[in-house]
Amino acid sequence: MLTTKTFFRKTKRGNIFKIVREHYLRDDIWCGSELCNKCLHKNRDVILSNENPGAKSSSFPFPYYLVLDTNIVLDQINILEENTLCNVIIVQTVLEEVRHRSSNVYKKLKDIIGDPKRKFYIFINEHHKETYIEREPGEKVNDRNDRAIRVATKWYNKHLGLSQTRKEDKHNIKVILLTDDTNNKELAVKDGLYAATMQEYVSSLEDGTLLLDKLCKQSYALEGENKEPLFPLHRTPAELHEGIKRGKLLQGTFLASRENFLEGSVNVEGFEKFVLVQGRVGLNRAVDGDIVALELLSEDQWSAPSDIVLQDEEEDPGDILEEEKELIKQKSIPSTEKTPTGIIVGIIRRKWRQYCGILQPSSVKGNTRHLFVPAERKIPKVRIETRQSETLSKQRIIVAIDSWPRNSRYPLGHFVRALGNIGDKETENEVLLLEHDVPHSRFSDAVLSFLPKLPWVITESDVAQRVDLRHLDICSVDPPGCTDIDDALHCRDLENGNLEVGVHIADVSHFIRPGTALDDEAALRATTVYLVDKRIDMVPELLSSNLCSLRGNEERFAFSCIWEMDHDANVIEKKFCKSIIRSRQAMTYEEAQLKIDDKTQKDAIAFSLRRLNELAKKLKKRRMDNGALVLASPEIRFQVDSETHDPIDVEAKKLRETNAMVEEFMLLANITVAQKIVAEFPECAMLRRHPEPPQTNFEPLIKAGKHQGFIINTNSGKELAKSLEEAQKRDNPYFNTMLRILATRCMMQAVYFVSGMLHPNEFYHYGLACPIYTHFTSPIRRYADVIVHRLLAVSISADATYPDLLDKRKNHALCHNLNYRNRMAQYAGRASVALNTHLFFREKVQNEEGYILFVRKNALQILIPKYGLEGTLYLSKKGETSAVNFIYDEEDHSQKCGNIVFHSFDPVTVQLSLDRSNVQHEKLVFKLVKPEIPGFSIPDQNTESVADQPTTPKVRGKRKSNQNQKQSRSSKKK
Amino acid sequence: MLEGDQDQEEDQGGLRNDGRRAAELRKIRVRMGVFGQADGSAYLEQGNTKILVAVYGPHQPRGSAARAGGKNVGGIINCQYSTAVFSFSAGERKRRPRGDRKSIEKSLQLRRAMESIIQLDLYPRSQIDVFVEVLQIDGSEYCVAVNAATLALIDAGIPIKDYAIGCTASLIDSTSKNDEDSSHAAGVVDATYMEECSPGATLSIIALPGSSNDATKGLVVVAQGAGQRLHLSRLEALRNRALCGCRDIRNILDRAVRQHLTVHSQPSFSTLHVID
Repeated sequence: MLTTKTFFRKTKRGNIFKIVREHYLRDDIWCGSELCNKCLHKNRDVILSNENPGAKSSSFPFPYYLVLDTNIVLDQINILEENTLCNVIIVQTVLEEVRHRSSNVYKKLKDIIGDPKRKFYIFINEHHKETYIEREPGEKVNDRNDRAIRVATKWYNKHLGLSQTRKEDKHNIKVILLTDDTNNKELAVKDGLYAATMQEYVSSLEDGTLLLDKLCKQSYALEGENKEPLFPLHRTPAELHEGIKRGKLLQGTFLASRENFLEGSVNVEGFEKFVLVQGRVGLNRAVDGDIVALELLSEDQWSAPSDIVLQDEEEDPGDILEEEKELIKQKSIPSTEKTPTGIIVGIIRRKWRQYCGILQPSSVKGNTRHLFVPAERKIPKVRIETRQSETLSKQRIIVAIDSWPRNSRYPLGHFVRALGNIGDKETENEVLLLEHDVPHSRFSDAVLSFLPKLPWVITESDVAQRVDLRHLDICSVDPPGCTDIDDALHCRDLENGNLEVGVHIADVSHFIRPGTALDDEAALRATTVYLVDKRIDMVPELLSSNLCSLRGNEERFAFSCIWEMDHDANVIEKKFCKSIIRSRQAMTYEEAQLKIDDKTQKDAIAFSLRRLNELAKKLKKRRMDNGALVLASPEIRFQVDSETHDPIDVEAKKLRETNAMVEEFMLLANITVAQKIVAEFPECAMLRRHPEPPQTNFEPLIKAGKHQGFIINTNSGKELAKSLEEAQKRDNPYFNTMLRILATRCMMQAVYFVSGMLHPNEFYHYGLACPIYTHFTSPIRRYADVIVHRLLAVSISADATYPDLLDKRKNHALCHNLNYRNRMAQYAGRASVALNTHLFFREKVQNEEGYILFVRKNALQILIPKYGLEGTLYLSKKGETSAVNFIYDEEDHSQKCGNIVFHSFDPVTVQLSLDRSNVQHEKLVFKLVKPEIPGFSIPDQNTESVADQPTTPKVRGKRKSNQNQKQSRSSKKK
Repeated sequence: MLEGDQDQEEDQGGLRNDGRRAAELRKIRVRMGVFGQADGSAYLEQGNTKILVAVYGPHQPRGSAARAGGKNVGGIINCQYSTAVFSFSAGERKRRPRGDRKSIEKSLQLRRAMESIIQLDLYPRSQIDVFVEVLQIDGSEYCVAVNAATLALIDAGIPIKDYAIGCTASLIDSTSKNDEDSSHAAGVVDATYMEECSPGATLSIIALPGSSNDATKGLVVVAQGAGQRLHLSRLEALRNRALCGCRDIRNILDRAVRQHLTVHSQPSFSTLHVID
């Protein structure tokens, strides 16, 4: 049977097209029920069971299947994720609506459907002869879809009823429609269907109390009546659309300020600067990340970002807005400081996700209404209802936001799940991983099934396909305790007087075959994430720490990149091959350094290391002359107790010559491979680029340099490198490092991309000052390298190609994921360092030397080089009148008190301690010790209690502590 | 929409966007002998792709074809492939109906296909004109044009060796999830415009499916797609899928022809056979 679908589509330009498509209706779409004896389905398509199909419910005392309405899926997905609901029919209409409305929910729904235990069946009603309906004239699309769902429900009831008459009514399964749409429910009841709202249904379940917490809240009852709504109305989508089209409104992503909860900015495309929004009315219920429509204020109403740090610290004050004094009393701002300011008039798309956090302690016992405080400061508090507040108050929990009505000060949400007790290392790590969207669940059985079987042996055919390099004196140099060794090196003399240098990379692509579940999982994870005390592997451990890892004295598969070089490190010839190697020794940086320095050692490895070191120095010099940047970031490593995994000591990382040596050859290998694959695959090579930052990014750096009397030239990478090199201060040796830290912050993120997507001019890597770059050397912990390995293998005909590898668009999408995961992994790593810093300072009060990095209006940003730690020293606090008054000079960026002036880069001594009053955000408190300011600084009490602590009997958990270091090597490499 | 298309396919339980399964053709409507003036003519619909073909000849060579083919002993086939300006369903208009490079190329390919079935040695120093007018486009238009041209030749009474049948096979999504379950992995036949626009490649095959068991005989392959390259490892499966479609189309057309001949001895305007 055939029908045509005709609809009209409006293009961006406003043209209207008529689109006609065929729509075939079928009679071979089956119902998927075990009960049914009429449908001719294959066994694997029978999903709905006939024994005890639904959970026991008091309002429906008979066996039943559920049909869900779209709004149920969209809003109550957290309930659906519970195992209680089984035997559910998802009609295609709903599935498609969900797909259009929320990709997030859609993904979750697909996961549920994919779980055979849940018994969710997709019924293709739109192509079924009896359930397809035409949209009636004047009927809205939504109404038509609701009707389609009802028709499908009705059909099921009839269909199952017919099947069951013959079976003496043994099962008598009915179908119930769940919908939160009152209109739809009424019509369903009128049609003689069973229908219920989610709330009715869940409360009628025997064991439904816990599910009640997860109900989505859409309405908020006021305690007092007749109050004015707190927020202005959002405009309707049609108005927003019209406004944006006419240019009256602007569209952009809202970014809440981390420091001030009443302030945020909107990133509008085509605007150079962010548009500022201030105050509750200005923000108008936007949550960080939302895509909003905004109205630009006239120029005389523009304002500047306030320099104050403001946090929403009050208890639930009810639904009143306190007067926003802090913001309103802004003095007349110099017009130069003013930035475009706007107010948000509507939300185009919410980007709500689930948030980690804790319950705010409630003063009233037994109350079911609570406030939830998210861990992320940018997110407002959320009202939730729960009956388990006793237990949850000590735990970290996850909450989803459902709505934000105009009369509520906070958004409404519901409880999703608990993570564990506050303060537990495990819980905190879990929070960290969830907040950064790091996939960290156990590898599934499907993934593990693609691992090679142990014992793994090298077969004859393997040897035949590979170059045998087992006779070479190869060694690896890595941080101590590293178990995923993915690179090894060698160097030897050739007969013609030149040198042969080889970089051997673990051949991960031999084990991870394209298209397998293992490959998909690795592509999803994209990178191994290193936390201070934990490593979240990209590939299962058998590969990462054993079969792929180039361990000492074991035969391993490698992908080798071999150069012939002269003694001035000029490459004469290069070749690539898949090989078998046996690393003679897996060394640490320290061991390798000792071996190089100890002149008595004369074995082959020592020789090769010395040669490599010499070459590396020449390579590095050449790179520096080209304008490669040396950037600095404060990095630290923890000495971790092996038993408790608590940090016992912190130190800034040391860099040895050997670090630079390994890095230099990895860079060379990456560049060589990049040239090769781009020559072979001009359209689809995966490369990495580091865009040059716009000049405006450098402003803070130039300003900071100027105050100290240095001119920082940022016209090109080379000039920047030169100016940074020249900016040295004798009295302040750390000055240069600080300048480099500032320079690092001006940089853009380096990103992966597909060569066919960009012009060759844009391939440039700014930080390394080389025209082309990729990642080849760490396939165990980065997925990009796996792809590069495959490309290279194809180009030397060592492996077969497959369609996706050469698909530009697929690779482009893959790059997106890689870049996202990489960024998140970096943030997670930093967050883990912060977490451990806090653990370290838990019982301590310590005085430390530090430097001022920035001067702010009410605070100083302090950097402690010893720990690579950065923190804020507040000069004045909200509501407190300090005896000492600081005068802020905006021109000079300095704070003045009496005759003491604070400039950027000035040395200070501060006392560090941990403020644990806020469980969620334990923070390090900085207090000024030197220079002394009476009434503000605190006396220099020597922290002997700390110094006296025994330092020798530390059991140093090196294995774990150093994983962090390994990553940093790579992050520097960009 | 990269992922969307794939999701859609899963959502529909293996059905395509319009409700067909992978190997199912669209509805075919045939009408032969639509013009009284032409020596033979046919109107063919495959779904929303609608094409009209008129055949004139054999007659004395005229115009440029005569001069160019003067030395040829055998007959000359002159093909003109023209696309109506209003034929796109998406609302846009084609600037000129013929004479652009695409049309010229298609004319040429059409001529090759016709040459392979017409016994040209029967028509020395004569010319046969095949005029194709595409009225509405919804994918696979070149293949439908070949089918319609074959029917028009039959209507004109020109002896042919076999039906020249065209059919497209399209990879809706070129994901290489080596999933044997998904019937779409081998491509879908008789692609609609939307399917042709999907990221995968589309293969148009013209075959003479009935001439012998060797299906590869007389094969004309035209690949097209949204700037996509077809990976060699998928060509064989895709080709088989398309050949399967060709055989199905041939059976349908053959039935239509036979019915046409039995019911009407004279071409008439008033009837429309609907055969699916």
